[in-house]
Amino acid sequence: MSEAEIKNLEDQFDAKIARDEKIEPKDWMPEKYRKTHIRQMSQHAHSEIVGMLPEGNWITRAPSLRRKVALLAKVQDEAGHGLYLYSACETLGITREQMYEDLHSGKAKYSSIFNYPTVTWADMGAIGWLVDGAAIINQVPLCNTSFGPYARAMVRVCKEESFHQRQGYEIMLSLCNGSAEQKNMAQDALNRWWWPSLMMLGPTDAESTHTDQSMKWKLKRKTNDELRQQFIDQTVPQADILGLTIPDADLKWNEETGHYDFGEINWDEFWQVVKGHGPMNKSRIDARRNAWEGGAWVREAATAYADKQRARKEETAQAS
Amino acid sequence: MKQINNPTSTSISGSTSSPIRELNPQFLESKENKQHLIDYLLGVADNYLILGQRLGELCGHGPNLEPDIAITNISLDLLGQVRSYYQYIAQIKGDKTTEDDIAFLRTEREYKNVLLVEQPNTDFAYIIVRQYFFDVYNRLFLNALQQSGDETLRALAFKGIKEASYHERFSGDWLKRLGDGTEESKVKTQEAVNNLWIFTEELFHKTEADQSMIEVGVAIDMTQFKELYYEKIKEQLTIAAIEIPEVEYFQKGGKQGIHSEHMGFLLSEMQYMQRTYPDSRW
Repeated sequence: MSEAEIKNLEDQFDAKIARDEKIEPKDWMPEKYRKTHIRQMSQHAHSEIVGMLPEGNWITRAPSLRRKVALLAKVQDEAGHGLYLYSACETLGITREQMYEDLHSGKAKYSSIFNYPTVTWADMGAIGWLVDGAAIINQVPLCNTSFGPYARAMVRVCKEESFHQRQGYEIMLSLCNGSAEQKNMAQDALNRWWWPSLMMLGPTDAESTHTDQSMKWKLKRKTNDELRQQFIDQTVPQADILGLTIPDADLKWNEETGHYDFGEINWDEFWQVVKGHGPMNKSRIDARRNAWEGGAWVREAATAYADKQRARKEETAQAS
Repeated sequence: MKQINNPTSTSISGSTSSPIRELNPQFLESKENKQHLIDYLLGVADNYLILGQRLGELCGHGPNLEPDIAITNISLDLLGQVRSYYQYIAQIKGDKTTEDDIAFLRTEREYKNVLLVEQPNTDFAYIIVRQYFFDVYNRLFLNALQQSGDETLRALAFKGIKEASYHERFSGDWLKRLGDGTEESKVKTQEAVNNLWIFTEELFHKTEADQSMIEVGVAIDMTQFKELYYEKIKEQLTIAAIEIPEVEYFQKGGKQGIHSEHMGFLLSEMQYMQRTYPDSRW
């Protein structure tokens, strides 16, 4: 293809996105668009399945049957999200096996928040309330993103995430209405999860490398800092209802801006965890790798059985 | 754990399509009957709880996303069933007992599940074989329980059987894939079958409570489908290219609360929150 022809295709492609039309897997797309989407969507899928681990850690210890069932269902929803997102990503010409390999080798990232440990039951509440809350803020705009399979997957993901967030908040509410010990457990969880949740919305705009291009492709509608502000503004009144204190001495309502001012985020910690040195990075990847490598014989058996069945069918067909 | 004889020597064949039993409405006025009914219900529901808990350990660690999701589904179905049975027990007791008291606040000796369901998740072959051995029983059991004289049990059986049939299809299909897959999967599956076979006979062991509830028409006599059970699993194992183990002795004890050494650890984990923070609401 000549340069002029490529330029023409690119112009048509950009115009299509500008008209809010969806790009479908078989449509022509610039290589960079494909790569960026593979990166972001696989990262998103990995976050769902790595995200199963910190909450999965409490399934066997959930404090009531009702909570156990709800937690299992929630973690299972995350597996489901992982499944649609991997499938959506596969339409771009990468296999699930390749994506797993990239996750296990550290080439592909996942949300850093899952590199913190879940040490008490209240963490199930805090994760639902804060982590799913921040995820929704990140993800709702993606329901209108330009790549069709991603946008459609996100519509379903977002519905379930908002249910999870209410479930998490409800866990916090039960703790805050319980004994002093339970309320302390809730406060402690908020103290530990608050700052990592703010970090989850990404580096500050000045440090963020992908924003411009992502805005054009509608992979992003707002900047990281705007999303963070939105998260804080929405979450502070919720903490007030719970009677919990947000662990930020500089947090205060600003009449002029109509937003909360907040303290300095510890970006050193953020980069430390992103680079693989958080408390649970190694353990999370080990757990994923063990499940995948330890399960290889099971997948091989399923393939061998399917092959045998196919061969038997063919034999029968030939014989008749 | 006591040792008992080969099931084939004691099996009783019979039809499962007997009519619904008539129940004497006064039977619960007897304290003994009430306790037997509770024990009978625990004998059924504790299997669901303990197997549901075992399967819950696996969530997020499956060999692929699809079986991971399916196994979690089974766990959710079983735990859903448990809640209905425990709520029914709480209603029969008529005091302040809740479903969670029953699930979390008993001592090991008070759990009445069979030994099979508490066996650990050694590997995927054990998980599937344990599941299949239980699922076939559970489907036949729920099918028969639809003839119970107790209306609540009939309704629970009716609801549960659809799920149980799905579970059996899942574990039965995987049994075929593993048994007739690769050499490695065959060896692992054969090992799991050999080691779990000895726990199957206990499913048909009648406790005093079982016997008493069979007599009043609440419980169903599971020995009536014992032969069918062994026929079904032997047929499936043969299709899966797995040899049927020949054993002289079977293990039992769970139904009397004499569990394997795995059970205490399972319970310590499951009961951790309820024991650490007594009388709390979650």
